[in-house]
Amino acid sequence: MDLTFNERETAFRDELRAWLAENHPPAKPAADAGDDAQYAWRRDWQRHLYEAGWAAPAWPTEYGGRGASQTESAIYFEELGRARVPFAANTLGLLLGGPTLMVWGTPEQKERYLTPILSAEEIWCQGFSEPDAGSDLASLKTRAVKDGDEWVVTGQKVWTSGAQYAKWCMLVARTDSEAAKHKGLTYFLMDMDQEAVQVRPLRQITGEAEFNELFIEEARIPDANVVGGVGNGWKVALTTLMNERAGLGFALQIRLRQLLDDVIAAAAEKGLLEDSLYADKIADLHVRCETIRLLAWKGLTDAERYGQPGPEGSLVKWLWSDTNQRATQLAADVIGPEALTSGTLWSYELMRARGNTIEGGTTEVLKNIVAERVLGLPRLKVAA
Amino acid sequence: MDFGLTDDQRDIQRTARDLLAERSTFARVREHAEARSTDQALWRELCELGWPGIAIAEEHGGQGLGTIELSILCEELGRALAPVPFLASAMAACVIEQAGSPAARERWLPGLASGETIGALASAADGTAGLVVGGAEAGVIVLIEEDGSGRLVSAEDAEVTPIDAIDPTRSAARVSAPDGAGEPLEQGCPGLGRALVAVSAELVGVSERALEMTVEYVKDRKQFGTPVGAYQAVSHRCAQMLLDTERARSATAQAAWSADANPDGLAEAAAMAKAAASDAGREVTTGAIQMHGGIGFTWEADVHWLYKRAQIDSALLGGASRHRARIAELLAERVAASAAA
Repeated sequence: MDLTFNERETAFRDELRAWLAENHPPAKPAADAGDDAQYAWRRDWQRHLYEAGWAAPAWPTEYGGRGASQTESAIYFEELGRARVPFAANTLGLLLGGPTLMVWGTPEQKERYLTPILSAEEIWCQGFSEPDAGSDLASLKTRAVKDGDEWVVTGQKVWTSGAQYAKWCMLVARTDSEAAKHKGLTYFLMDMDQEAVQVRPLRQITGEAEFNELFIEEARIPDANVVGGVGNGWKVALTTLMNERAGLGFALQIRLRQLLDDVIAAAAEKGLLEDSLYADKIADLHVRCETIRLLAWKGLTDAERYGQPGPEGSLVKWLWSDTNQRATQLAADVIGPEALTSGTLWSYELMRARGNTIEGGTTEVLKNIVAERVLGLPRLKVAA
Repeated sequence: MDFGLTDDQRDIQRTARDLLAERSTFARVREHAEARSTDQALWRELCELGWPGIAIAEEHGGQGLGTIELSILCEELGRALAPVPFLASAMAACVIEQAGSPAARERWLPGLASGETIGALASAADGTAGLVVGGAEAGVIVLIEEDGSGRLVSAEDAEVTPIDAIDPTRSAARVSAPDGAGEPLEQGCPGLGRALVAVSAELVGVSERALEMTVEYVKDRKQFGTPVGAYQAVSHRCAQMLLDTERARSATAQAAWSADANPDGLAEAAAMAKAAASDAGREVTTGAIQMHGGIGFTWEADVHWLYKRAQIDSALLGGASRHRARIAELLAERVAASAAA
């Protein structure tokens, strides 16, 4: 057991930290500047990262990354979180799309798509969920029908982050309605620049619109944009989903740590750390936050060193989302009226945190996964 | 960064688990629990194997291994609910070795290492501890006052009254030391952090066993034609039990590592470990009883032994709230230090 980082990892962290200190992005545009200004801010930041070779250190060097280890990649996200920089505009392309193409893409697809992902020249979005296919993704209904060397796609997608800025959509559609639910799916790259794809922003409880609905009416996709073969979409989608929770978690954790540190500082200033009721809650959150860090690192390093991930992977997102909600809720008590005033960071966090236990796998589904796959409990038979 | 055990540590873990699976079956535990007796044959065997001295320095007759190795044994003994005075004795040795005078170390450690002397340690108020695990058998007792000061007394110098604690797999006593008896320990009591790691590790073992038994039971038990473990009200509680156990395990691992390799971080890491492990011990064993349904409430089912052990261990050297209060103090100190900087 050695809970320290080795020299190489420390050097990686130091180099990145020094670069971030010299290259901090401008301040976040004001909330009333609108979503487009926020997006432009994130896109410019990604270009800056790209030019310095820091857009995706985990990518292999042949594709423009640094071939960073998983530990280094986690350090990368920790440091980005610590520096309070924005997420890159094309986070979905960097974390999901690129790595999926590296596994399943043809040489031509890799050649064509990877660099523009890295440089934020082309933004990617993810067309998986549908109004009637959320946790039960494989029941999706959007269908694609072959027409010559093209596919014609019709359907509806939802929770599509960044769709209004995206050039490419990772789209999973049903290509064989006769086949079993998981077998009739195909993974496509759909060009968003076509009349047949309509994007409607979904306003969320924070008031902003991170997500969209996609209405697809006979959109056209060339056959060359199938990823991983016709009928293989479920497997390709799983590759994408496996990458979903990997890196970002470390950045989110550090953000929780910072939020909690801010709450602790505010509580100290108000003398609430001497109030045993507050002290107990704050210390409890501190312990939770530290065990998230330990579980995340344990999950990652066990997998990296011993090739066998423990149960931690399924626990971290669940524990993080729950703790983030508790922390933002406690902040409302510690901070007081400011936390309940619209437009403040605290009130934003209080609203935004509600999404944490839903996005990227609801807590209920995560508990099912833990029960079935980690504990080996029987699956409840649901009427088909 | 590496959370894995070394090959030698794995060997210790495997050997301990195999031995205890054979020697400390529930049938055996029950026999001793019902008779309220220590398993002397098992204790002798563990002493011959050198277990009580695992983390005591070689110069004092121990094996000179670290807190990680000690925590491995504590976890396995907790899993097996072994009816032996290992934990309390090991905790006392941690404190005597770190905080005792040279004379006290000389006097007590060789016996604690060989197992000829049994030690005990507990929280006390004004020299009196209401419940000292292992106290009825102990030759030497460490009493820790609320302010962190401690006192080392031999059993002859103290008033020891055996009591029937709710956990009958180990002896217990009320211990009172008259003013001035025994030896005062260095303020702040170094060694206490290691003792907290030991009890936290035992709680991890107890929790892990309670979860395993529960998972087996709910897979097997059928109602409405379905194993009850398929119902989400049941399976999600089991998932929660796993989360609680793994949180405690990771915090305890960090504290054990800190004791051996990062002493500056031990005070906070040990408080976090005990807070997480005390919560886990209670939550997981109560969950185990509940998920067993009616059978879980009977004397015949074995889950109650785990629940009882967890209750005692959770309270030992302070429950989760006490350790969270300590963490809040450390956080306040840190804020003050960074404001001053």
